[in-house]
Amino acid sequence: MHKSSLISITDFSKHDYLKIMKLAAEFEQNPNQNLLNGKVVASLFFEPSTRTRLSFETAILRLGGRIIGFSDSSSSSVTKGETLHDTIKMVSNYADLIVMRHPLEGSARYASQVSSVPVINAGDGANQHPTQTLLDMYSIIKTQGRLDNINIFLVGDLKYGRTVHSLLQALSVFENPIFNFIAPPELSMPVEYKKFLDQKGIRYFEHTEFTDIISEADIIYMTRVQKERFTDPIEYEKVKNVYILKNKMLANTKPSMRILHPLPRINEIHTDVDSNPQAYYFKQALNGVFTREAIITHILGLK
Amino acid sequence: MDKALQVSAIKDGTVIDHIPANRLFEVINILQLHKCMEMITFGTNLDSKQLGKKAIIKVSNRFFKEKEIDKIALIAPHAKLNTIKNYEVVEKRVVEIPDEIIGIANCFNPKCITNHEKIETHFMVVSKKPIELKCMFCEKITNENQVVIK
Repeated sequence: MHKSSLISITDFSKHDYLKIMKLAAEFEQNPNQNLLNGKVVASLFFEPSTRTRLSFETAILRLGGRIIGFSDSSSSSVTKGETLHDTIKMVSNYADLIVMRHPLEGSARYASQVSSVPVINAGDGANQHPTQTLLDMYSIIKTQGRLDNINIFLVGDLKYGRTVHSLLQALSVFENPIFNFIAPPELSMPVEYKKFLDQKGIRYFEHTEFTDIISEADIIYMTRVQKERFTDPIEYEKVKNVYILKNKMLANTKPSMRILHPLPRINEIHTDVDSNPQAYYFKQALNGVFTREAIITHILGLK
Repeated sequence: MDKALQVSAIKDGTVIDHIPANRLFEVINILQLHKCMEMITFGTNLDSKQLGKKAIIKVSNRFFKEKEIDKIALIAPHAKLNTIKNYEVVEKRVVEIPDEIIGIANCFNPKCITNHEKIETHFMVVSKKPIELKCMFCEKITNENQVVIK
């Protein structure tokens, strides 16, 4: 077994992305494989995240592995004042792999330095959530048949939304992507990411109106405006209802276009969209299990 | 009046020149010169073509380590260090910001793990002018105005 953690989406190359896509497709065909037989995976969730945790734990169980860990730091020795350093040192003695979610940014990188076994980042604060990005990419390749030449509309909180930042970085290694950003000025895409696209010569367009410009989209990626990211609740109230996707707005879109959302949704996608065949967000969540099976087996060198 | 006479000469030690006048006390602080028992001469608000007003520090019998020089570079990127031996300048160097900054600056991000546990900070220098440091942990950029030296 080799030690290579997945902390940031940029830790993986284009070659790795394509391998994960291929493996995820294989696991979708045959999800139950006993590749983790005899292995113990630590699932350390220092803050609750039902969807990500259940998706990871389902992937581990479908691979025949066993799980130790906790789903909330209140049930761990963190409440006694134990440092992350000591928790990781201890757990890496017990497990073959650590899956970790932590509220502090950079915690996953630090854990990977401390740990003697690989670490998969299941979200470190507002920083990175690379397995979400890989499942988003799998959802794109599955619905569009390609990762090149994708015209993607990123909508909502583009300032704090880590999923859109990572997806932007990942898609930028493929041929000829076009990014369209739809956000209120308060939540617009940070300059550093626009500079990144400029340096790579990648086209992007910024909009503040959510109108029929979406007719060109291959993918509409909706995001939630997260209350916890705002220090001022008045600012949150001002922007939370700005962009809501409704079914009637989809009339002129491409039939092959699909709507993604990392979930949970609050009100940014109206429920009348759910029955539209272009709505893909619930299937996207299922893709998370196959993608995570692929990531785990790739990292442990089992596939 | 000759500039050299404004601050007295030293026999052995280091002269740090071309410090922006408004950063003098930060340099004193990061080098812990207030705890140094050797003879030190400070001059500030001296005329400078490059900086407008500059400061200078002359420390007897003190020669700075690389890590200390890196700290100076973050606060006074144009500073020049002259090593003096027996009243002669034996080495002149311009401080330079290295490609990586390890253990000497704090990350500006309050949610970064390095501000919560005892961890040696580690930045990649993504821009030297203006200074932009990318934290290897939280991946956020600390800029010139946000740099706090440990």
